[in-house]
Order: sequence, then C-alpha cells, then structure tokens
Amino acid sequence: MKPWIKPTVFVLCLLPLAWLVFALLADRLGANPIEALTRETGEWTLRWLLITLCMTPLRKATRWIWPIRIRRMLGLFAFFYVCVHLSTYLWLDQFFDWGEIGRDILKRPFITVGMLGFVLLVPLAATSTNAMMRRLGRNWTRLHRLAYVVPALGVLHFWWLVKADVRTPFVYALLFVVLMLLRWKPVSLRGSNRGQISNLSP
Amino acid sequence: MTLIRTPSDIDPSEITPESVYRERRRFMQAGLALSGAALLGEAPFAQATVTPFTGLTRSAFSVDESQTEYKDVTGYNNFYEFGTGKEDPAANAHTLRTSPWSVTVEGECAKPGTYTLEDILKPHALEERIYRLRCVEGWSMVIPWIGFPLADLIKRFEPTGNAKYVEFETLRDPERMPGQRRSVLHWPYVEGLRMDEAMHPLTLMAVGLYGAALPKQNGAPIRLVVPWKYGFKSIKSIVKIRFVEQQPLSSWTRAAPDEYGFYSNVNPEVDHPRWSQRSERRIGEFLKRKTLMFNGYAEQVASLYAGMDLRKNF
Repeated sequence: MKPWIKPTVFVLCLLPLAWLVFALLADRLGANPIEALTRETGEWTLRWLLITLCMTPLRKATRWIWPIRIRRMLGLFAFFYVCVHLSTYLWLDQFFDWGEIGRDILKRPFITVGMLGFVLLVPLAATSTNAMMRRLGRNWTRLHRLAYVVPALGVLHFWWLVKADVRTPFVYALLFVVLMLLRWKPVSLRGSNRGQISNLSP
Repeated sequence: MTLIRTPSDIDPSEITPESVYRERRRFMQAGLALSGAALLGEAPFAQATVTPFTGLTRSAFSVDESQTEYKDVTGYNNFYEFGTGKEDPAANAHTLRTSPWSVTVEGECAKPGTYTLEDILKPHALEERIYRLRCVEGWSMVIPWIGFPLADLIKRFEPTGNAKYVEFETLRDPERMPGQRRSVLHWPYVEGLRMDEAMHPLTLMAVGLYGAALPKQNGAPIRLVVPWKYGFKSIKSIVKIRFVEQQPLSSWTRAAPDEYGFYSNVNPEVDHPRWSQRSERRIGEFLKRKTLMFNGYAEQVASLYAGMDLRKNF
C-alpha cells in the first residue's frame, strides 16, 4: 500500500466535520443550524458505514490491498461521526433532559432504532484493535458481522424520521441492498474469476 | 359555476370606502415595488426595511415577542409544491404567477362565484398581526403578518345553515409548482376548518408579512393563518373556498391519518406518533422552549373545544 493513502483518507474523513464546524460558526447552516448539524452528522455516519462496506467488494474486484487496510479506519470514523450525531441530540436538542431522552428512546421507534444502531457500534469500535482481533479469534469475525446490521438500522432510523419525501433514505437503502448483494455468493462469484477470491483473502 | 363579476353585479354597499381604497392602492404599489426590485435585480430582502403598507393598525391580538428575522421567515419554509427541502420554496417559487389571480367560492353559500383577487380584497382594511407560528416538526417563528379576519370575508359569501366546515384549496399547477410533478402529497393541497374556527377573530387571511406583499414562498398572493394550529393548517396560495357540510379531508390527513388529524391544534400533551411535541426550537434561538397549549392562544380559543377529547380529536 502506498504510504500516503492512509493519511490522505484520514484527512478526507475529517473534512465534512471541519466544514460543518466552519459553517456553524460562520452562520451558514441556514435558519435552523442545530437541526442541520444533527441531520448532516447523521447522514455522514450512514455514508461512512456504507463506504466501509464498499471496501471488501472493492478489494475483490480490483485485488488492491489498500481498501482492506483502510477499512478499520473508515469504520472508526463512522463511529466518530455517530458520537457527534448523538451528542448533538443529547446536548443541543434535549439539553440532557434524561427523562425526555428516556421517553424518546422507548416511545419513538426511529430513536429506538437509532440508539440500537449506536449501541451495536460500540463493541465494534472497542474490539477494533489488533490485540482484540487476536484475542477474540473466530468470535471477532462473528461479532463484526454487526457491521451489516448497523447500516440497516441507520437506514431505518432515517426512513422513519422523514415526513413524506423518502427519496434520500431510499437511495441509502438501495446502496445498502446492492452492497449486501455483492456479498451474496452467486453474485460475487460471477464478478470474479471463478471463485479465486477465497485464496486472495489476507 | 364561474362568474367574474362585472360592475353591474356589485351592490352599492360593497363599494369601497376611500380609506380602504387608498389602503388597497398601497398594497398594489407594494407589489409593484417588489416586482420592480426583482426586475432591477435588487435583493427583494432589501424591501424588508421599507414599509410599503402604511397606516396599518397594530392588532390587539399581536404578541409582544421578538420577531423572527425576515431572511428566516422567507428562507426556511415548508411549501411542498416547490420541493420538500426547507430552502426549496425560496429557490423555486419564483415560477409561481400570482397575477392574475382569482378565488372560486363554492358550496353552501348564497354568493358562490369566481372572484378576482381585487374583488376579494376590496372591502377589507388591512392590519398587522404579529403571531407565533408553530410547525408540527418542532420549530417555531414569530411573524408580523398583514391581512384581515377570515370571518369578514366569509360573511360576504353568506354561508347557509348547512355550511358546517370551510374547505380551502391551493393552486394546482405542476408547470409552475414543480413539486407537484411528484405525488409526495395529494394535489391540490387541501385544508379545512370547522365553521366556528374559521369565524374566530384570530383566524387571518394574510396578504403580506413584514410590511410588504407576501413573498411567493410564503404563499402569495393570499393565504390562511391559524396561529393556534400547526403550520400546515395555514394553507397557502388559495384558489378555492368551499362551504361544506362534511368534515374536509386535508392533504396531510390523507397522507398519514394517524399522524395529522383534522384539528391539529398545537398541544404539548399530545405527541406526534413519531416525536414529542412538548418543546420547540424558536428559529434564531439556541435552546428549545416549552410548547404552549394552543400555541399560547388558549385564552382565546380553548372554549372552541370545550368537552372535546383532544387526544382523540388531534
């Protein structure tokens, strides 16, 4: 892997947040900046989750190694953005009114699902180190299948929030389905040279 | 029945007093000033500081709260006819043609017909009313509207005893309302009020805000403002008023009957099924504030709903 790839991706991942912070301070997030900040960080979480899911198919299609090497970092950025997203809700939206937050989680399916997605992402971030990978062995792979569940919850969280126009969540749902289909054996075998992928896996 | 009224149809009693006539002239001039500014490529926002409507009485119904900035009132809108994004109406509504404009009055009344906007406005003195506006999505504004009571307009059409409700329709024109090319909602947009709600002195027909004619994204040339109900009840760019016996089916109720009821009174105790209505973010403020019963107009309107279960009649 070219040595510049990882630092470049790192900086790229920070750009959306940098822009949001700048726009917030420069009063360029519109009439309802807090709502915009919450929406943007939420959408970026979903984007990073889906981009993370692109890495394995990309590696299989191109045989490049770098997609697998940056996959963990992308996943951690998804976690980072969801933390910012959740903070905007807890702090700027509810101002740490735990009673109200608790009622929201129990009563509002879209918040229940979003919170579940966050909770499931925590063990993935916590076990992302090489040491944890070795310690958990086969269980690590099992645990990290949650990376397929979390984006689905994210899409649902978005879908249930929308009032009438579901075009944007629909696009994310579609991307998610495509990324899952690429992992489905009949599809992934057709795309590669007769099942040689398994030999290429690191 | 379509009927453009000619001078011979107009009762002498309807002939406009001079003061009102002058008022209307000022309104027309305001419109001209705005379109002139648009032609010259000036920002129409610049007009906000000028007050083309003059001599407006400030209504006793006005609230004494700091007003939401003009750029937010005219830049952050829900008007799905021009797109579902908050900035879409400001970006797209320029295609709407508001002149000529007419309003068709139908149903249970003695004077149905198609009236030009001028006919509609003629006898009414305009006043400024500063009202709170609470959106069902959980944000709110304070807007200085210009208009006249809907009750005064309704009386002119002489509704019959069968008129239990008033139904309103927005223009349907997919050519000029690009949002209508997709069926996000059922077009044309329909809203309705119970007769006593429509006749309530707080219910306003608005033709302007911030001292000038209504910008297109805010529902030009004429819209409803019902300050104790969620914003979507205040239908924009009205072309039809129908007096009916049955409760109208509004567009949002049709889209999601369990989420948007006919009444849709602002009520912190009755949640939207998907989110709480207990608090709201006033545009321009950092922290949320508590939502008030009937949006703070309980004193004036609570009696309309005496004995009703507001959880059922949401």
